[in-house]
Amino acid sequence: MSSTSGIIKKEVKELLTPAALIPIIIMAVMFGMIGNFIGQVNVTLAEEPVIGLIDQDNSSLSQIAIANISENAEVIYNGTSVEEGLSTVEDSTAMAMIVIPEGFGSDILSNKSGTIEIYWMMKGAGLTDSIPLTTLGFLITNVDQTISTSLMGSNFSISPEVILKPTKISDTTMLKGREMTGISPMTISTVMQSQSTMVPLIIVMVVIMAGSMVITSMGSEKENKTLETLLTLPISRTSIVFGKLIGAAIVGLIMAVLYMIGLGYYMTSFSSSSSIDLAAYGLTLDAVDFILIGISLFLALFAALALCMILGIFTKNYKASQMMTMPVTFLALIPMFITMFSDFETLPAAGQVLIFAIPFSHPMIAMQSLMFGNTGLVLAGIAYEALFCIVAMFIAVTLFKKDILLTGKIKSAERRSAFPIASMIAGMLRKR
Amino acid sequence: MHAVEVTNLVKAFGSFQAVKGISFTVNEGEVFGLIGPNGAGKTTTLRVLSTLIEVTSGNVKIFGQDIVKDSSEVRKGISYLPEDAGAYKNMTGREYLKFIAQFFQDIKDSKSMVEKGVAIAQLGERIDDKVDTYSKGMARKLLVARALMIDPKLAILDEPTSGLDVLNAQEIRRVVKKTVSEGTTVLLSSHNMLEVEFMCDRIALINDGKIVETGTPSELKRKYESSNIEEVFVRVVS
Repeated sequence: MSSTSGIIKKEVKELLTPAALIPIIIMAVMFGMIGNFIGQVNVTLAEEPVIGLIDQDNSSLSQIAIANISENAEVIYNGTSVEEGLSTVEDSTAMAMIVIPEGFGSDILSNKSGTIEIYWMMKGAGLTDSIPLTTLGFLITNVDQTISTSLMGSNFSISPEVILKPTKISDTTMLKGREMTGISPMTISTVMQSQSTMVPLIIVMVVIMAGSMVITSMGSEKENKTLETLLTLPISRTSIVFGKLIGAAIVGLIMAVLYMIGLGYYMTSFSSSSSIDLAAYGLTLDAVDFILIGISLFLALFAALALCMILGIFTKNYKASQMMTMPVTFLALIPMFITMFSDFETLPAAGQVLIFAIPFSHPMIAMQSLMFGNTGLVLAGIAYEALFCIVAMFIAVTLFKKDILLTGKIKSAERRSAFPIASMIAGMLRKR
Repeated sequence: MHAVEVTNLVKAFGSFQAVKGISFTVNEGEVFGLIGPNGAGKTTTLRVLSTLIEVTSGNVKIFGQDIVKDSSEVRKGISYLPEDAGAYKNMTGREYLKFIAQFFQDIKDSKSMVEKGVAIAQLGERIDDKVDTYSKGMARKLLVARALMIDPKLAILDEPTSGLDVLNAQEIRRVVKKTVSEGTTVLLSSHNMLEVEFMCDRIALINDGKIVETGTPSELKRKYESSNIEEVFVRVVS
């Protein structure tokens, strides 16, 4: 029994390392963040919707509808002018303006569904931006039920179909200065989500695969004892770092192209089955946009590789290098999950800072930003990515000239510092 | 001019001093042996001289060039063979020699370097097989060939015959001697005292990071009234 417990103790000690625990802890924190995010959406769903209301019909049926809606919503505008109403709700937190146009009551009484016009105020194109708007759907269902009850108790001769469903909705979505007639927010966010799912996925795949190549290459060089020979050859350390990074970047770009081909097929099949044509609303990308996305993607890849090179310097062997890819993987997964469901522009400030700070986020948000004409955000992202690459490269080259490359350890004095790598680089700069 | 001139060299890893202010010189064209027990600081000294790790304090000059200030120039003239070095496993032996030779193209014709490497390695047709398929001895011979094919001014060899059988070890010693006769200076470390006695013109005994004795094998044997260097080593170290 004691020998078994000895083996158990050894196994637990061997397997339960910080490297094994940290990814699980990060995953738990990420799930917590996602749960908190969904919780916030649920809270919004439970709140009374804020709307503007216009009755241009003034019939008994429209008044029933207005009364019903007013009971279940916070009405911030109640008038007759669509222009005035739109300007009021656009400047507020209202999610929509409901207009009951002239002829609503008479249409129902003449056996046609009465039209209710809804001007949706969509703040962003993400799924989380459209979900709260669904509360308005319950209001309209309520209106239908109330009018149906009223019609059943009247003496009008109306078909059962109209009694059961007396209204129809005419959607107009206002999104980032665009007026999109005939489309509901849910349709827009679904189409946008379908388009923006594959790009983050490709970026994550390429970052993880190319990044792990660099770290593994460093781990293999150390494990196979080839690094020492390489470092004594008449070639500068900067050239070695660049050679390794550019080699990995070429392979990474080949991977990206292969994934892009797959994405191309996906997009083709997606366009033919799409319920809306985004181009009709000016939501297209031109050649310059594609170049910007390409630059952003390349810089994200290079930033990932430079970061992985820094991590690779600390790795001691092949096995350790496998665990070293974890931080980069998580850095890529965080913006992927967030940008899949949310629009960068409608994120809280802290979320925006977090996403902007991660260099891999920028190609993920570039496509949507460019579609909506926010070129400034994309250019700022490219500038940040370039700066990140330069700093990461400088750190990688600096560390490549230090003993840590071979020892994998930071000197004790530097280790005691709160920021050991920064302390090491500062020490080196002082020496210069 | 000395091939190697080490003055008060200190190498520390954090608070631990692996090398504690050693000084020695290696003359041009000689084979200089650094011997000592495990952990004495031999490999650390060789790594510093090879520009692999940083100097904590002191001075090291190789053929008059400072290894800190002129590290790039120093690397053009040296060749370092680590004790447990490896070669890229996805390359063939010949590809590996070609890979190394390209970095010395400015100094010597790459093709002749590879031809010399193939001759030193003596791997026959196996030179075109993947390194992954080599035995430990074959890999070591390839690495020795890699280190000597460039005709370095200074070859720094850490346990050059490590892991080799008697015949292969003898062959390597012969190749090293031949390289010296062609003008290369050799600085080597070894645990094999017979090898040291056979190959070295002068020896430095290093213990606990300090050089405790220097001299020719015959001088040291005479001083310690020993019949061989192994006995000298035991007397000095203990």
